[in-house]
Amino acid sequence: MSTAAAPARRAPVAADDPRLKDTWFVRQLAALAVGLVVLALLPFVLSDRAETVAVRTLIFAVMAVGWNLMSGYGGMFSFGHAAFFGIGAYMDAFLLTEHGVSPWISMVLGALLAAAVGVLIAYLCLRYRLAGSYFALATFAFAQMFLLLVQNLEVFHKTEGFNVPILPSDSWAKLQFQQGSPFYFWIPLALLALGVLTTILFARSRSGQFVQAVRDDETAATSLGIPAMRYRLLAVALSCAFTAAAGAYYTQYYLFVGPEQAFGSSVSIEAIVPAVIGGIGTVWGPVIGAAVIGPLSELASSTLRNPPGFLEFLEGTAGLDVALYATILIAIVLFLPKGVFGSVRDRWRR
Amino acid sequence: MTQAAPAATSRRSGPGVLAGPGALTAGTVVVLLAAVYLVGQKDPGLVTQAVVTGLLLGGVYALVSVGLTLIFGVLGIVNFAQGAMLTLAMYIVYTLSVEMGLPVYLATLLAVPVMFVLGMLVQQLLLTRLTISGSHEGPLLVTLGLSLLIGNALLMIYGGRPKSVESPFAGSVEVFGALASYSRLVAFVGAVLVALALTLVLRRTSLGLSIRAVAANARGAELVGVNISRVYALTFGIGSACVAVAGGLITPFTSLTPSVGEQFTILAFVIVVLGGLGSVVGAMVGGLVVGLVQTVGGMYLPGTGSLILVFVLFVLVLFARPQGLYGGRS
Repeated sequence: MSTAAAPARRAPVAADDPRLKDTWFVRQLAALAVGLVVLALLPFVLSDRAETVAVRTLIFAVMAVGWNLMSGYGGMFSFGHAAFFGIGAYMDAFLLTEHGVSPWISMVLGALLAAAVGVLIAYLCLRYRLAGSYFALATFAFAQMFLLLVQNLEVFHKTEGFNVPILPSDSWAKLQFQQGSPFYFWIPLALLALGVLTTILFARSRSGQFVQAVRDDETAATSLGIPAMRYRLLAVALSCAFTAAAGAYYTQYYLFVGPEQAFGSSVSIEAIVPAVIGGIGTVWGPVIGAAVIGPLSELASSTLRNPPGFLEFLEGTAGLDVALYATILIAIVLFLPKGVFGSVRDRWRR
Repeated sequence: MTQAAPAATSRRSGPGVLAGPGALTAGTVVVLLAAVYLVGQKDPGLVTQAVVTGLLLGGVYALVSVGLTLIFGVLGIVNFAQGAMLTLAMYIVYTLSVEMGLPVYLATLLAVPVMFVLGMLVQQLLLTRLTISGSHEGPLLVTLGLSLLIGNALLMIYGGRPKSVESPFAGSVEVFGALASYSRLVAFVGAVLVALALTLVLRRTSLGLSIRAVAANARGAELVGVNISRVYALTFGIGSACVAVAGGLITPFTSLTPSVGEQFTILAFVIVVLGGLGSVVGAMVGGLVVGLVQTVGGMYLPGTGSLILVFVLFVLVLFARPQGLYGGRS
C-alpha cells in the first residue's frame, strides 16, 4: 500500500465514524417523546389528590423551563419572573370574567404581552449595562411594582383578585372540565412539552448558540459580530411567554387568582428553585428540579398535618415545606453548582 | 470582584466630591417638600407630621441599608437575607425581653453580638468559597435560601400570629409642631449614631482600612497582607450587627411576624440602589429620602400605594443613574 493513498482513504471513513456523529438532537427528542408518553399515562394511576400535586408541579415546571431560557441560557438572572406569570394569570382572569374571552386566546395574548413587557424591561436594563446583581434587582423591583399596582387598581379588584365563574358542564373553549379530569393534567403537560421542545430547538439554533456565546463572554461574542442585544431579547421574549402561559393555566386550574398568587415574590422564587436544583442552563434540569420540589413540598405539608410520633411537636406548624426546599437550595448551590441533572450528566460523560 | 470597584471609588472620594450629589438631593427634596406645602392642598400640620415621621422612619431604613451596602461593597454580594436577619434579630429581642423579662434596649445590646457571630458564621461556612470564586448567582441564591429558611424556621417556632413588645418609654414629644413617640425618636437617634460610628470605623481604624482595601481590590489587598477571608467574615458580621441594632430599635413600635423583614429587604434594596451600591453615605441619604417618600407620598396614596412611589423612584434612579447618587462611574 502506498503511503500517499492512506490519508485519502481514511477521510471518508472518518466522516462515517459513528463516534463523530452528533446525536444530541435526536437523543433529546427521543427523551422528550418517551417522557411525554410515560407522563401522559400518569392520570390513570394517580389518585385525585396526587393529580392535584402533579398539576401544580407541572405548572411550576413550565415556569422553571421558561425561566431557564432567559437566565440559564441567556445568563440574565431574573429574580422577578412573577411579573410575567402574573401578567399571564391576570390577562386570563380579566378577559374571561369581564369580557368572556376564551382562555386559549387570552393565554396567547398574555404570552405576547408578557414577552413585550419582558423585552422592554430587559432592553432598559441591558442598555444601561445592568448586569449580574443589578439585573436581578431590577427585575425583582419590577415584579414588586406590578404587585403593588394590581393591589391598588380598582380594575383588577385590588387585593380581592378574580374568581373564575364555574361552568355547569365541560367546555374546551372555556378550558373547564370536571374536577379530576385527565385533561387538567394533559394540558399543562403539553405546555411543558412545548417548553422543553422550544428549549431543545433554541439551544441548537443559531440564535441560541449566539445567546450562549454572549452569556459566556460578551466582549468576545460582540467582537465576532454577534448583535448581543437582539439575541438576548429573543431569549427574554421566549422565556416570558412561557411563564405567562403557565400563569394563565394557573388561573384556569385554581379558578381563582389574587395579587399574591400571581405577582408575589414567592412566585419568582418558585420559578428559580426548580431550575437551580435541577441544573441551570440544561434542557432537563428545570423539569427534574420541579419533579423533586413539587411532591416534596406536598409531602412536607401533609406530614405536618398528621405527623408521625417522633415529629409530634411539629403538628400544626407551617413552613416546613419551604424551610426544607430552602435547605436543599443552599446545599445544591454549595455542593452541586451544576444542579442534579448537570452533575449527573458530567459524571456520566467522564 | 469587579463590582466592588465603583463602591470603593465612592468611599475614597472625599467630602468635597460628595457635596455635588448631596446638594442636588437635598435641593430636590426641599423643592418637592415646598411644593407639597404650597400646592399640595394638605393641612401644613399634617405635612409636618408626615415629614417628621418619614425622617424618623428613614433613619432606621438607613441603618438596615448601611449593612446591606457594606456587604455589597466589600463582598459583591446582594444579601437577600438582610430582611430575614432583621426579623431574626427582632425575635431574639422579643424572646429576651418578653419571655425572659429583660428591658428591650438591653436585649438589643445582647442581640448585637449574637447576630454578629451568626453573620460571620454564615459568611465563613456558606459564602466565602462562592465569593472567592467570583460567582454572581451563587451567593444570591444562597442568601435567598437563607432568607426563606430563617423566615420559615421562625414561622415554625413562633407561629404566624403577630407579637408585640411593649416600649419602656410611653408617650411622645413635640418636634416642630409634630408628634414623635419616644421609641421612634430613640430608634432614629440610635440608628444615626450607629451609622456614624460605622463610618468612623471605616475611615479611621485599621480594620476599616483593610475593609476598604478589600472593597477596592481584593487581590491587591491580599498581596499586601490583608487576610481577606477574615475581612469578609467581619464585614458580613458587621452587616448583620447593623440589622440587629435596627431590629432591636424598631421592635417597640412594630408588630412582629415572621415575614416582617421582607418589606425591609425590598426597601433596603431601593435605598442602596438609590444611594449607590456600596456607598455608606449614599445608604444613609437614601434611607431618609425613602422614608420621606413613603410618609409624604402616603398622604396622597394611602396604604401600600406609597410604596409604588418608592418603586417609581427606584426605577427612575436605576435607569437615569444606575451607579446611584453616590456611586462612582462604573
